[in-house]
Amino acid sequence: MQHTLAQKILARHTDQEITEAGQIARCRVSLVLANDITAPLAIKSFKGMGATKVFDRDKIALVCDHFTPNKDIDSAEQVRVVREFAQEMGVTHYYEGGDCGVEHALLPELGLVGPGDLVVGADSHTCTYGGLGAFATGMGSTDIAGAMALGETWFKVPPTIRVLISGKLKKWVGAKDLILNLIGRIGVSGGLYKALEFDGDTVADLSVEGRLTMANMAIEAGAKVGIFPSDDKTVAYGQAHNRPNAERLTADPGAVYESVVEIDAAALAPQVACPHLPDNVKPVSEVTGVRIHQAVIGSCTNGRISDLREAAQVLKGRKAAKGVRLIVLPATPTIWRQAMHEGLFDIFLDAGAVIGPPTCGPCLGGHMGILAQGEVSVATTNRNFKGRMGSLESFVYLSSPAVAAASAVTGVLTDPGSL
Amino acid sequence: MSIRGKAHKVGAHIDTDAIIPARFLVTTDKDKLGANCMEGLEPGWIKRVTAGDIMVAGENFGCGSSREHAPIALLGAGIPVVAAKSFARIFYRNSFNMGLVLLEIGDEVDKIGDGDQLEVDIEKGLLKNLTTGAEIKVPAIPASMRELVDAGGLVPYVKKRIQTGA
Ligand code: SF4
Repeated sequence: MQHTLAQKILARHTDQEITEAGQIARCRVSLVLANDITAPLAIKSFKGMGATKVFDRDKIALVCDHFTPNKDIDSAEQVRVVREFAQEMGVTHYYEGGDCGVEHALLPELGLVGPGDLVVGADSHTCTYGGLGAFATGMGSTDIAGAMALGETWFKVPPTIRVLISGKLKKWVGAKDLILNLIGRIGVSGGLYKALEFDGDTVADLSVEGRLTMANMAIEAGAKVGIFPSDDKTVAYGQAHNRPNAERLTADPGAVYESVVEIDAAALAPQVACPHLPDNVKPVSEVTGVRIHQAVIGSCTNGRISDLREAAQVLKGRKAAKGVRLIVLPATPTIWRQAMHEGLFDIFLDAGAVIGPPTCGPCLGGHMGILAQGEVSVATTNRNFKGRMGSLESFVYLSSPAVAAASAVTGVLTDPGSL
Repeated sequence: MSIRGKAHKVGAHIDTDAIIPARFLVTTDKDKLGANCMEGLEPGWIKRVTAGDIMVAGENFGCGSSREHAPIALLGAGIPVVAAKSFARIFYRNSFNMGLVLLEIGDEVDKIGDGDQLEVDIEKGLLKNLTTGAEIKVPAIPASMRELVDAGGLVPYVKKRIQTGA
């Protein structure tokens, strides 16, 4: 059988022959991930399973990023549970405090994930690593406990939707706009149980960081994974990030796709997902003028250095409008330091921004930017479900860093090209 | 196993933030999570539920985050079964691992109204609407889940494998 990327990677991690979509395959995993919310439950299940050691102490990553720095006693207790487990098991990759960043920005940076890997994580945005050519997917804590104990888990081989993107992107249009547009077209259940495989000349032009942004939101279409081919850029990224042997990886010629979605990148304008679902997507021009109270730039979707540079390019020499809280959260300590050295912080501070620590924070309504009743936020995050960032009566618009920054400046949703 | 209860009908794309908002994720306790079940849909929603009641939903129930707290909150709220048009993938897996029974019944979900009395017989694969008399055939649990269900969930399943060294 000619394999799609998803099938090809699964085949490498199992002794079974992968012959069709829908088949159940038992696979060995490359890395198992959990965070401060999901690890405590996984640990509970792990103990309940009678497990006494993890399958490989170098292949578990525990990242306490959601409520960091711990926002209250309960969240601190959860982190204590994770820390003690990490110590007891001798887990190499335990991250908390100053070496901790938002997990899906941190792991690629540390070289813990790469092309051809099979990664499972107790976090739905584990699919981010598809940007590097990994088969990476989210699961619940108990599945993750099983994987921590056995080093393997089962998968249903997904059928693949091929997403073919071609054309040159216009100024201020990028990876976030592409993925929002796709989700708007196929819907929040358009990829249910399936793999998305991205390809085309626009994809080849995208930076690895842009690909991570897109793969990150595959789950917002319900997909199991969103995978990019690994090319020269992926290999170069690996060499710069502790992954010297990163390989090139593409689907087999003649692989069978369930369907093909084509996107004309050249025709695309900046997009936003309107409340309260990620598939409620419109060009920003259709909602220009909606008043905002907060702009959040950060998260595992758009908290990387290229995102901060994009926001800074818009904010340079400008100020956030009165009454708008502009919150910038670099996703990892390395990104934080780099942004500082590049002078981006001066631009943000001059614009009146609050610069926070690497944390998930407001993305999931945890802390550091919670919305009151009736408040509206534009955010570079990935979910705008009702109440996700605070009050059930608040509203979140998802956008690129450029749109979020431009909107912060005017105080209303704004196309950066119109500034 | 036969379960009788009142239907609580919700819409499509009910996400895990609606089932249990992130601010309640500072515990793994079933009862505490259950007390805040569906708090992200409507404050105080849980007050309408009596133990044994059945959740009935549109497509893509449980979309969003991987939080296993979602099926646990439903179980903690006393809801043993969810019947829906379709389920989100991670939620589907989590539910079987936790022992929450999911019935994927497609458009048949339209035969159930809010407040209807339902009876589910899992062995026979039958869901009866006692209020309207409608009978809905429930698809068999997929073979891949059967192994887990037979073992009593994922925890006992892995436990057995660790003990036998398989
Ligand atoms: S930044 Fe948001 S989406 Fe990403 S891992 Fe944190 S909470 Fe989840």
